[in-house]
Amino acid sequence: MKKLLSIFAVLAFAFSAHAGTLDDVKNRGFLKCGVTTGLAGFAAPDDSGEWAGLDADMCRAVAVAVFGDRSKVEFITTTGKSRFPTLASGEVDMLARNTTWTISRDVNLGFEFVGVNFYDGQGFMVPSALGVSSATELDGATVCIQTGTTTELNLADFFRLNGISYEALPIETNDEGKENLFAGRCDVYTTDASGLSSTRAAASNPDKWVVLPEIISKEPLGPLVRHGDHQWGDVVRWSLNAMIIAEELGITSENVDAQMSSNVPEVLRLLGVEGNYGEMLELSNDWAYQIIKQIGNYSESYEANVGPDTPLEIARGLNALWTQGGILYAPPFR
Amino acid sequence: MRSNLGFFSDEKFRSIFFQTLVVGLFALGLFFVITTTSYNLEKRNIATGWSFLQNPAGFDISFSPFLEFKSTDTHLKVYFVGVLNTLLVSITGCIAATILGFILGIVRLSSNWLLSRLVYIYVEFSRNVPLLLQIILWYSILIQLPRVKQSLQVLDVFYISNRGLYSPRPIFESGFSYVSIAIVLALISSFLINRWAKKRQDKTGQQFPVFSSSIGLIFIVPLILFFILGSPLSFEHPELKGFNFKGGLVIRPEFIAMFLALSIYTAAFISEIVRAGIMSVSKGQREASAAIGLKQTWIMRLIIIPQALRVIVPPLTSQYLNLTKNSSLGIAVGYADLVHGFGGISLNQTGQAIECMAIVMATYLSISLTISFFMNIYNRSIQFKEK
Repeated sequence: MKKLLSIFAVLAFAFSAHAGTLDDVKNRGFLKCGVTTGLAGFAAPDDSGEWAGLDADMCRAVAVAVFGDRSKVEFITTTGKSRFPTLASGEVDMLARNTTWTISRDVNLGFEFVGVNFYDGQGFMVPSALGVSSATELDGATVCIQTGTTTELNLADFFRLNGISYEALPIETNDEGKENLFAGRCDVYTTDASGLSSTRAAASNPDKWVVLPEIISKEPLGPLVRHGDHQWGDVVRWSLNAMIIAEELGITSENVDAQMSSNVPEVLRLLGVEGNYGEMLELSNDWAYQIIKQIGNYSESYEANVGPDTPLEIARGLNALWTQGGILYAPPFR
Repeated sequence: MRSNLGFFSDEKFRSIFFQTLVVGLFALGLFFVITTTSYNLEKRNIATGWSFLQNPAGFDISFSPFLEFKSTDTHLKVYFVGVLNTLLVSITGCIAATILGFILGIVRLSSNWLLSRLVYIYVEFSRNVPLLLQIILWYSILIQLPRVKQSLQVLDVFYISNRGLYSPRPIFESGFSYVSIAIVLALISSFLINRWAKKRQDKTGQQFPVFSSSIGLIFIVPLILFFILGSPLSFEHPELKGFNFKGGLVIRPEFIAMFLALSIYTAAFISEIVRAGIMSVSKGQREASAAIGLKQTWIMRLIIIPQALRVIVPPLTSQYLNLTKNSSLGIAVGYADLVHGFGGISLNQTGQAIECMAIVMATYLSISLTISFFMNIYNRSIQFKEK
């Protein structure tokens, strides 16, 4: 009987065990990255059908770190509800999906958030014709809300705290929210402020919609991996940090080759000229160089996808570097 | 050679051997699934257990016509709200599908070429288009209705918009309970009259006007009482205040879409079952009853339908089960049923996927078994009783 049990234990192990996500990804030859079903500026197919956006860049940066090739990614779309089971079951290697870092997700769900690639907060968007100027005037309104999100819980708290009532209209995806809002099935759409900007930019007439001034929550959005695989967690964490540090050091995709002969020690360490940080991560030594060369630093990714010159028009705000009035801060590269 | 197969040529041994083998393999498979699951849950540090049911949900459910729900209520209450909403759309859907299905099944057999072709087209269309698409189609149509501020007003008291159908809500005042009691008493006495009239007809052949006397008892007596008591009933009318209508009764487009799609889809199947049932009654029955001078409606009601029911009821039961299970598609339009609320939002907010899914599955199983149980009783009551 004991022998039988141990055979089963081995079998169970064989069916479930991940030898290590980094090895799995390397053997497979491409990265599986979970993204949204489409949120312009964060992850959405562009005109040529290529995935583009801040989160899509995060996925590509990890692919570049592992393979040195930004195209070695398979983007797998997930809804607010399917994202966690998809990651937990190993169907994707990581999520970069506007996911808020919270204690219960980090601890109870068995995931590990490796950093923050966008500091956000929950806001409200209404048709400007309603003449509403503050979220506290929304008593009795019908609110479109994506289910299974932190915003759903914040919404309930906000209205309870202010002693006003609302009617929730549960929706699954951002597109469903757009459809219901534009048809007038709901008066208000609430989600992360960045998501509202994205939705507003996609409206046929963006001037007809206003984002209300209240930001009712902290929503640090960042990539996450399964708990317990620290090696893989490190790869994702430092792929993000490399982009932030590159901005701090003034390295861009354009000047990165010139920076190879820089005299700043941290630049040389980051680009792999000095030290063997790549080997420590079990990556090639020019992994960070390749990320900057092929994707760009954090600022380049931000400006190209969500910045003031894009339809989303989101100022850097909290997402500026700590040296420039924001809270974006990466640990030192040494 | 032959001696090796000695055991196997014994029929009894062989049957026991294979049965043990199958049961053993099944048990092993189950054991394997359970050990793998608990191993993996533990490995991923996912907490298990039922205590999350007592935790506050933290989110709101707006569609809860029977229980009031607040965000401070527990996940257990989310479950009950979901069960009630699932039952609501299933029961109303089954009733509507049955009525529509019976009418269509009979019309399909009509000698009127146009009518029977129209029903044929309806049946082929609605049972061959996936239900999910039909639900989404109805919902898309309903949210194209006018916005709430431009609601269509019908008869001065009903308002139709893409937020739903608003109607006045009846408010029962103190004397109304007497009227309700009168209605209940009338229902009981109509039932008794019906039984008495049947017995009398069997014995003496005399008929009693059961239908008109029941109508008189159920409607007219309570109505007179209602006016004597000074009309103890008033209505709360919906009024447009701020963003929405306040007061009144509301039927949401999510519910209407689910109800229409489920009942229209299932009615197509039921109409075919009814048609098969009627056609299974031999032609001679109809001809014989016509020969003794029965009216067409009587032939249908007294001769054809009772015999057809024997054939209709068993497949009808599985249509009821299908409709109930199909109501889980409510998630597509945000209808707050069991799968959407407890099996979706609670599951996602707590992360207790296995527990939530186990509860949802057990609930659907219980609902289905209950429907089967009652339909089987009904089925037995309409079978031929050999004397």
